[in-house]
Amino acid sequence: MDHMSPLERILRAIALALVVLFFMFPIFWIVLMSLQTNETILRSPPSMAFVPTFKNYAAIIAGRLDSNVASMSIHFMGNLMNSVILSVGSVALALVLGVPAAYAFARHKFKGSEDIAFTLLSFRFAPPLLVLLPLTLYFQSLGLANTYVGLIWVYQLICLPLILWIVRGYFEDISPDIEHAYRIAGHGWFATFRKIALPLAGPGIAAAGLLAFIFAWNNFVFALVLASADKQPVTVGALAFVTASGIQYGQIAAAIVMSIAPTLLLALWAQKYLVEGLSLGAVKG
Amino acid sequence: MSRIEIKNLAKSFKEDAVLSGIDLDVPQGSTLVLFGPSGAGKTVLLRCIAGAIEPDSGDVLLGGASVSDVLPEHRGIGMAFQNFALFPHMSAYDNIASPLTARKKTGDQIRKGVDAVARLLKIDHVLDHTPKALSNGQKQRTALARALVSEPKVLLLDDPLRNVDAKLRFEMRLELPRLLSDQGATVIYVTQDYREAMALGDRIAVLDGGHIIQNGTPEEIYRKPATINIAKLFGDPTINLLDVVPVSDASGVHAMLSDRRIQLDPGLAGYAGKECVLGLRPEALSFTDASDGVPVTIEAETPFNEKSVTLVTTLRKREILLSRPSGTPAPQSGTVHITIDPSDAVLFDRETGLRIDPNGNNQAAERAA
Repeated sequence: MDHMSPLERILRAIALALVVLFFMFPIFWIVLMSLQTNETILRSPPSMAFVPTFKNYAAIIAGRLDSNVASMSIHFMGNLMNSVILSVGSVALALVLGVPAAYAFARHKFKGSEDIAFTLLSFRFAPPLLVLLPLTLYFQSLGLANTYVGLIWVYQLICLPLILWIVRGYFEDISPDIEHAYRIAGHGWFATFRKIALPLAGPGIAAAGLLAFIFAWNNFVFALVLASADKQPVTVGALAFVTASGIQYGQIAAAIVMSIAPTLLLALWAQKYLVEGLSLGAVKG
Repeated sequence: MSRIEIKNLAKSFKEDAVLSGIDLDVPQGSTLVLFGPSGAGKTVLLRCIAGAIEPDSGDVLLGGASVSDVLPEHRGIGMAFQNFALFPHMSAYDNIASPLTARKKTGDQIRKGVDAVARLLKIDHVLDHTPKALSNGQKQRTALARALVSEPKVLLLDDPLRNVDAKLRFEMRLELPRLLSDQGATVIYVTQDYREAMALGDRIAVLDGGHIIQNGTPEEIYRKPATINIAKLFGDPTINLLDVVPVSDASGVHAMLSDRRIQLDPGLAGYAGKECVLGLRPEALSFTDASDGVPVTIEAETPFNEKSVTLVTTLRKREILLSRPSGTPAPQSGTVHITIDPSDAVLFDRETGLRIDPNGNNQAAERAA
């Protein structure tokens, strides 16, 4: 790796550029679309030359959707807020419940622990629609339908198994001797969990939390069925752009850019912790 | 008050019995070396004492009191792990300080304690490094410092020199006995290296297959090994083991080697005619000019710095190793004679592998097994 010929280096750079282009192009295109009007987007053949406009963003932030026929109000900013509340809330709850549970499953093998862990994972097997109908009925009689609490609860079906199983693996990778050493040095089990297990599994917890956040953010069907307009996240709210008078591509693109921005920023911020996790470790030389 | 007693301890994982019927008594302030091949259960036993593993049955007593219901953090033990088990996200200083922070010492006391032990172990210049930035020797010393810093009355050292280079191992083998006696702690030291065992132990307990097969002073283990296996584990070059059938007649008990009599202890008369194994330490053999010695042919000589090892064969082509201090004159080739110090010869029962005690006290050896 250290000694690459110039040709190799050039080919490698081209290959990397192609990969980046392939994955980044849709995002790039969406950003371009968000800065155009419907007319420039739909012209044929498509062209990259246009006068950028921020009208789409302005319309979304103002909550007024003006088409050439009529104007209607949308709640996209409210949807965005809902997405943030639901995703942050459900990931936080899943971390609070899942990380100690993962530690228990990793370190304290008890009778039936594997079965319980597997049952939790199996929540991911069932198609969401299978659980949604009974859940809707229950939620209505419990008064949980169309509440943040109810939705965050249902989102645990997505977040909890994910966090539990990923973090459990990270806990299992920590040499038990390190924890034994801390106990023998005179610290209690909770201090050992807090000062040794948590920091060492930190990158794993960050990765699992990020993944869970993305899954929760992108969830569509739970929110579609269980939430009405004022609790809907962006995934459901985006349906509003398909109007009787046509599809507002420019505004959809602007909405998409605004809705992927939080996850993108979170991923960029979490990246350094993820990388740190790879360089940490190594008990023995 | 820190005598370590282990009573009839047993531990198995699933169906595999790792330890069974372990009895040990380590008097206060002494060092017991737990010696045995890998997989013998040494580490498991140490963890049972430290409380990291719960034994299935039996009891561990520290200072006369059972610690079965005492959590590991309250046992007051210092332990060094074979894989060091340093906390990778803390500096060497914080690693060493962790037993002191647990004991709620003031910042000043902690700094003094860590500095003192770090100076003693010559790691005071790397205290702000994380374990990743330490060499193996420094990691090992950090782990040892962490075990020593709270001046525990009981020290468990799990093969701490296993992962360090030869030079450091040699230095530490010289330094450790002084360090341990300065601490005044009761020590259990696990090793697979017989030199370490001989150098450090007041007593050595040989663990194999989950049992203690011999527990004695280094001298006893070396000169009166309970089994052929133990005889082979201690000593370099390894002991010569020759199949013999002792003969008892008017002149006493003897075995034949190169058509010469090797006089054996008269107490062994009961074993005349039985298949036995004669164990001869290479350093108990020497060349002689006298023609009544055992005639052998020199095959090869390997000079080491401090000793020379010669491979010779008997008339029936049985190979014997002979070791002597370097620089002592010796024949280089051809047929020569050697003498054997009969008091250094040990006889084993070939069937059971147990040492035969010339004083007729064979039950002792059998019980030990």
